[in-house]
Amino acid sequence: MRRFAKFWWDFIVGDDWRVAVGIVIAFGLTALLATTSIPAWWVLPLAVAAVLWLSLYRVAR
Amino acid sequence: MQGALRGRDRGALLLTDVFLVLSAFLASAVETVEALTIVLAMGLTRGWRSTLVGAGAATLALAAIVAALGPALTVIPIGTLRLVVGGLLLVFGLQWLRKAILRASGWRAVRDEDAVFARERAEAANAPHVERAGLDWYAFTVSFKGVLLEGLEVAFIVLTFGSTQGSIPLAALGAGAAIVLVVLAGILVREPLGRVPENTLAFAVGVMLTTFGIFWGAEGAGVEWPGGDAALLGVLAFVSLISLGFVTTLRRRKLAFA
Repeated sequence: MRRFAKFWWDFIVGDDWRVAVGIVIAFGLTALLATTSIPAWWVLPLAVAAVLWLSLYRVAR
Repeated sequence: MQGALRGRDRGALLLTDVFLVLSAFLASAVETVEALTIVLAMGLTRGWRSTLVGAGAATLALAAIVAALGPALTVIPIGTLRLVVGGLLLVFGLQWLRKAILRASGWRAVRDEDAVFARERAEAANAPHVERAGLDWYAFTVSFKGVLLEGLEVAFIVLTFGSTQGSIPLAALGAGAAIVLVVLAGILVREPLGRVPENTLAFAVGVMLTTFGIFWGAEGAGVEWPGGDAALLGVLAFVSLISLGFVTTLRRRKLAFA
């Protein structure tokens, strides 16, 4: 069971779990903003750029 | 689900269908090239019968997974599906993109099919011959696991990408076409397809999965895109530009460290 869970974790989340956490937070923020009058479309693209760069920078520093 | 999509612009649907088929095709091509290397190494070293039985059994298992999960996904409300599956697609797509950017910029080794082939052949030549169910068990299991593990990524893309657009069969068609093409090429050359630009294909797949993950995921979270479906092209351009920008920046950084 543990190996099964680890397989799916590696399969979907991969090397850097922070990317997945960042995306989950960005989704939450998007859903929250979408209920207000403030446009929410910009949150995910910006979050993707940020989490991707941070993840890459961690390898390349 | 098609009903949920009926209201969308016809041109945009055609565009997303093209991206759907292309993404499934490219992802499948990359993974099939990798699986082919393992199958060829087993077949040429240990014999073809057990190797092909293993590869065939894995292909059947993958087809069963898509056939079983595909209809199940279509009963989930489109909003929920896009939020959950769009999120999964985005996290999964970012993995592809991250790896491809690191490889393109020199921070991670590019996969060398010839080296993998040589290693698999050496290991296969030294492995003991154990017969089970009339099969060379080593050739069967290595071939089965190789095809199943590489194919799972394709099945995941076909299911997630296909279900958010309401067209799993179209995604399966794109993936199937790549499998046929790569296998035919493998039969013709009888060696690993080392000249296929795997990382360039993976980069393109990563960009497309990330783009659609952002687009569908945001819609699932309640976002209305400015310009409607046409915003998809804007997201695609944005993801492509930042990715290429990251490759350039990291390449310069690598050279500065050298």
